[in-house]
Amino acid sequence: MFNKDYMIIDGMKIELEGEKNILQVIRKAGVDLPTFCYHSDLSTYGACRMCIVENKWGGLDAACSTPPKNGMEIKTNTPRLIRYRKNILKMLLTSHCRECTTCPKSMDCTLQNLARRFGITQLKFSDNENVPALEEHIDNSSSSIFRDQSKCILCGDCVRVCSETQHVGCIDFADRGYDLKVTTAFNMPISETECVNCGQCAAACPTGAITIKDCTLKVWDAVHDPTKRVIAQIAPAVRFAIGEEFGLEEGTNAMPYIVAALRRIGFDEVYDTSFSADMTVIEETNEFLKKLETPEELPLFTSCCPAWVKYVENKRPEFLKNISSCKSPQQMFGAIYKQHARYEEPDDEREVVVVSIMPCTAKKQEARRPEFMVGGVTDVDRVITTQELANMIWEAGLDLKTLEPEGTDMPFGMYSGAGLIFGVTGGVTEAVIRKVMADKSRIAMDNLKFIGVRGMEGIKEFDLPIGDGEKVLKIAVCSGLANADKLLDKIESGEMHYDFIEVMACPGGCVHGGGQPYHHASYDKSKRAEGVYKMDRRTRVKHSDANPIIAGVYENVIKGDAHKLLHVHYEQPHIPHYTK
Amino acid sequence: MSKQLSTEKIQSRQDLQAIRDIYTKSYEAEEKKILVCAGTGCISGGSLEIYQRFINLMKEKGIACAVELEEEPHGDAVGIKQCGCHGFCEMGVLIRIEPQGYLYTKVKIEDCEEIIDKTIVAGELVERLAYTKDGQVYARQDDIPFYKKQTRLVLEHCGLIDATSIKEYLSVGGYTAIEKALFDLNRDDIITTISDSNLRGRGGGGFPAGRKWAQVKSQPDGQKYVVCNGDEGDPGAFMDRSIMEGDPHRMIEGMMIAAYACGASEGYVYVRAEYPMAVQRLRTAIEQAEAVGILGDNILGTDFSFRLKINRGAGAFVCGEGSALTASIEGKRGMPRVKPPRTVEHGLWDKPTVLNNVETFANVPLIIERGADWYKGIGPDNSPGTKAFALTGNIENTGLIEVPMGTTLKEVLFDVGGGIRYGKKFKAVQIGGPSGGCLTEKHLDLPLDFDSLKKVGAMIGSGGLVVMDEDTCMVEVARFFMNFTQNESCGKCVPCREGTKLMLDVLERIVEGEGRDGDIDMLLELADTISSTALCGLGKTAPSPVVSTISEFRDEYDAHIYEKRCPAGECSKLKSIFIEPTECKGCTKCAKLCPVGAISGKVKEPFTIDPAVCIKCGACLDACPFGAIKEA
Amino acid sequence: MQEQSSSFDYSVIDDIVEAQAALGGSIIAILQDVQEQFRYLPREVFPYLANKLKISQANIYSVATFYENFSLDPKGEYVIKVCDGTACHVRKSIPILERLKKELGLIGDQHTTPDLLFTVETVSCLGACGLAPVVTVNDKVYPAMTPDTATELLNSLKKEAADVQTA
Repeated sequence: MFNKDYMIIDGMKIELEGEKNILQVIRKAGVDLPTFCYHSDLSTYGACRMCIVENKWGGLDAACSTPPKNGMEIKTNTPRLIRYRKNILKMLLTSHCRECTTCPKSMDCTLQNLARRFGITQLKFSDNENVPALEEHIDNSSSSIFRDQSKCILCGDCVRVCSETQHVGCIDFADRGYDLKVTTAFNMPISETECVNCGQCAAACPTGAITIKDCTLKVWDAVHDPTKRVIAQIAPAVRFAIGEEFGLEEGTNAMPYIVAALRRIGFDEVYDTSFSADMTVIEETNEFLKKLETPEELPLFTSCCPAWVKYVENKRPEFLKNISSCKSPQQMFGAIYKQHARYEEPDDEREVVVVSIMPCTAKKQEARRPEFMVGGVTDVDRVITTQELANMIWEAGLDLKTLEPEGTDMPFGMYSGAGLIFGVTGGVTEAVIRKVMADKSRIAMDNLKFIGVRGMEGIKEFDLPIGDGEKVLKIAVCSGLANADKLLDKIESGEMHYDFIEVMACPGGCVHGGGQPYHHASYDKSKRAEGVYKMDRRTRVKHSDANPIIAGVYENVIKGDAHKLLHVHYEQPHIPHYTK
Repeated sequence: MSKQLSTEKIQSRQDLQAIRDIYTKSYEAEEKKILVCAGTGCISGGSLEIYQRFINLMKEKGIACAVELEEEPHGDAVGIKQCGCHGFCEMGVLIRIEPQGYLYTKVKIEDCEEIIDKTIVAGELVERLAYTKDGQVYARQDDIPFYKKQTRLVLEHCGLIDATSIKEYLSVGGYTAIEKALFDLNRDDIITTISDSNLRGRGGGGFPAGRKWAQVKSQPDGQKYVVCNGDEGDPGAFMDRSIMEGDPHRMIEGMMIAAYACGASEGYVYVRAEYPMAVQRLRTAIEQAEAVGILGDNILGTDFSFRLKINRGAGAFVCGEGSALTASIEGKRGMPRVKPPRTVEHGLWDKPTVLNNVETFANVPLIIERGADWYKGIGPDNSPGTKAFALTGNIENTGLIEVPMGTTLKEVLFDVGGGIRYGKKFKAVQIGGPSGGCLTEKHLDLPLDFDSLKKVGAMIGSGGLVVMDEDTCMVEVARFFMNFTQNESCGKCVPCREGTKLMLDVLERIVEGEGRDGDIDMLLELADTISSTALCGLGKTAPSPVVSTISEFRDEYDAHIYEKRCPAGECSKLKSIFIEPTECKGCTKCAKLCPVGAISGKVKEPFTIDPAVCIKCGACLDACPFGAIKEA
Repeated sequence: MQEQSSSFDYSVIDDIVEAQAALGGSIIAILQDVQEQFRYLPREVFPYLANKLKISQANIYSVATFYENFSLDPKGEYVIKVCDGTACHVRKSIPILERLKKELGLIGDQHTTPDLLFTVETVSCLGACGLAPVVTVNDKVYPAMTPDTATELLNSLKKEAADVQTA
């Protein structure tokens, strides 16, 4: 093949490999063309105009929306282009809050980075000194995210994530022209909308307009309060992403360093949510096997993802009955640990504070749900995200990768590979399959990777023969709520029947949760998942039943209270946005 | 062979021809007619009341009158009709009388009786109602200079037939072109004819309509749409409104031909919210066409089906942009999207779409009927045909005109337009609305066509011509347009949303006397960035009025910035108001009226104005009984 | 499943949605009909439509705030629009607007009188440039206005309103 299609970028011949726009080709050529509003997973918006390039006739095209053509010639950095990009940045900065030092996204902000990259030191276009962050610009109502409209550059990334990826649509543009803003209907507090707290808006936001609600100070307070026994549970996905903040390779398992850091910070005990994920597998599999006897109650949806649960409550309440009654691993952990402390260590007078470290912003809201409160005591007391943990480690003056690796406390640090893979799309399903399959050999477990359960696709469907193969289960795995919605539509129309459906709200699963470190333009999304499976290969215990501490937990802690401790019933919802 | 139009559908070419014959005869037999202008302008002057008054009067006087064409010719009954805009809006209410062809201007309801008695009954002219200019009385419409220099093709029916009746449209040969298209031409022939005619889109860009149609036709079969852009948002433009109100069937016929040629079966007319009368007339026209089977399934017994819907705009100038318009029809915010893909491939509902404006579609039946060669005979080769312009501002003859493309600015302004109002000096004409530029004295011999205008940095736009005299401040004009685009920016792309606001800020401070050295350069820098990088046409052309006024009237900008002076005397913040002490009687009236207490003095002694406090509202100017307060 | 405002007559909305569904009308057409009915878009309508049409409330709000003609605040019985198109502007439409606002005691951003009798706003070119400057009252066009004729117009409208009330 000598005649491959190519285009010429700044004089370099670059082969075309099916890229959908020239921006992708340009980035492939090693030119980090700046953008605010381009995300390869979302529809092309073309509004920031930063990615303009000059064609050979001197005309300008936005690279994000121009399809590549064989022989095309473009330049990315002519003096004109540089001048326009600078002017566009100046225009944006003129109406933007420029209090960078106090911005939660400082050093992680695309606007700030590009302003530095283009050497913007003064804004000659306006006398406008600064746009202060006003009270009316701030929405602090959500337990998961924090909005500050004075930092918004109106790129619409959040709007498109919320509607296109998540089918939620609780934020949208309002007004127009210079008054354009991104907001909720009638500017109502976001907590009163159908927001599911997934935090994907915050993950997409290039500036500090939507950030994760910070509760690290509360955690600092707790760990330094001698009357409190502060317990950490670390979700599987956290360990494969936090290293990125500290210069470790993407997908590195940083668990031993996290444990060390948490102890240095002052946590009394450090455990692993992968343990309670194993509990979830057992409970959920049992529930599923039981429901197979009454097929009219199928499909069974997983319940680990609180954003998904809230989505069903808000948008498709008719499917609430299909959601597994199992608590999520976070909530199971809290319930079990508190029960354990209450009955097995009654002499310890310290108040137990369970702090979850999660890849997820929705977990913050989940922990506050009234369903998870027993006699005024919450199962989980504080939830911080991976990002917040990284900040705490910075605040403590520690550098994660230089710490001496440590192991978790026992017994709730023990887990199987099945619990670990909860952090990635398909993981919950694979864990359930590992439990139900008869052949529990290492090879059989390993071969599961070929059945279609793994991979970053938004919807995966496959058939699973069980027993002697006389029965075949129809399984679906999806991530991204818009994908889940598609499945719901198919079920509703009768087009498809499924037995078991795993849903994770964030595309790719929890490793790409809204609380994880921010992605950068060139980020390879499969890296974190690869880390998960690599770690799974190293575990000796592959399926949840084989987790050696589980039996003891059932016997000594749960004592027949599984229904109360490990299950939940979500009431027919009160839909907040209909109340106004 | 006779068919009752109201009860039976036209099912074949023969049916249509028979019916057309009937009404043509009927129309021609109608000797006397009273043609009442029922355009938005004359309606506001009371033309509908006048129309009713005529009917009542004739009843009272026992004169047979016909409000509608009937199958049987009614020889001696007087036809009375609600017509489309005659164009000479300045002179409304306008009444044309046939067979004499008299045009009565500024008609009041009290004049009706005299018109009936003298003109209808006795055939005499009511001279006081005729148009008079420089002492000369022009009895007949065709002799009035305003009309004489025009070539009315697209507007040929406006003012001559009843705009609310399909029968009248048929009676003057209506739906002949679609008949020809369906039976005598194939789809390629139609597109070839339109391409050969070099008809260029009248919406602004001047894109060849034939090429657009060919592109839509070449898309794979399936659902396609024809969309008519009636979102005529340019301030000072009302050509499309007049066509929709005055000859709706003409436009519908044009859309049908496009639909047939391109393989579309559904169409939309997007009419801006500010045009309720146009919506009403179109609705009537569509209902009538559906009732007789000209719209609907298997039109004239062929396999061509076409349905037409009206979409009312909801108030957004940007919806005149193609992709914003289709988004709006789909029920979304009218925000333009990036191109490619283009509308011809992915337009309305993501389907291939022919999108042309009202005037473009209204040209189509003419071209199909009379041929490309005939059409090319009008106007220059590269922009053939005529163009309708809305002539407004400080011009003697405000109104709607139609001239061949390539007519010079001078001919339009002085021959048709009658020159500048109140004998003032011509300064500039703003063409192309907020996207266009201004033409000055040196452009008077410029032919008005797409390419000539483009060469001087202006554009024909949709055809609004706003005339400005020596008392108009060009910086203020630039500010006005920038304010307009800024208000109408959808806000999507950064350069338009943020850049136009910054430009407006600078212009505002200049007209308020706060301009600084460097402001003009800053305006030009911003203008360059915006016009090069904005997402859509509205944004790209938003700085044009500023750039154009800077290049033509830089001295006015300089006077504002460096001398704090408005040469046209229009910018109130740059005026100074003072009391001429010799004329002031100390009556205290002005001091009492001053809203900010800037005027003080002793009773019966000359008062003074404190310029630091004065807000130049001018209240005192009007109030002084002695004319002692002056402006400079 | 939803808490509705008891005083609001949702059947009107149902009728509008049904009628527009038959015409294939979009949310914009529905909102136009709602506005015609109520002279503005009552807030109760948003969650109701969101639920009924299965689109998000923020999306409806987004459309409603994009277009100039939609109002989220109740409008007066007489909606007076002063054209500020180029031709009207050049022939001094702004003093007319100012006079109207002054006569009605409307200050700053205020557009509607507290008694909900009058709303005064500007409108982009009505295309009646030959009659500039023009004012419309509930879509009836009044040509060649001056500040003084605007006052007269206002007085006649006030009288008309008073007559209706006493009748």
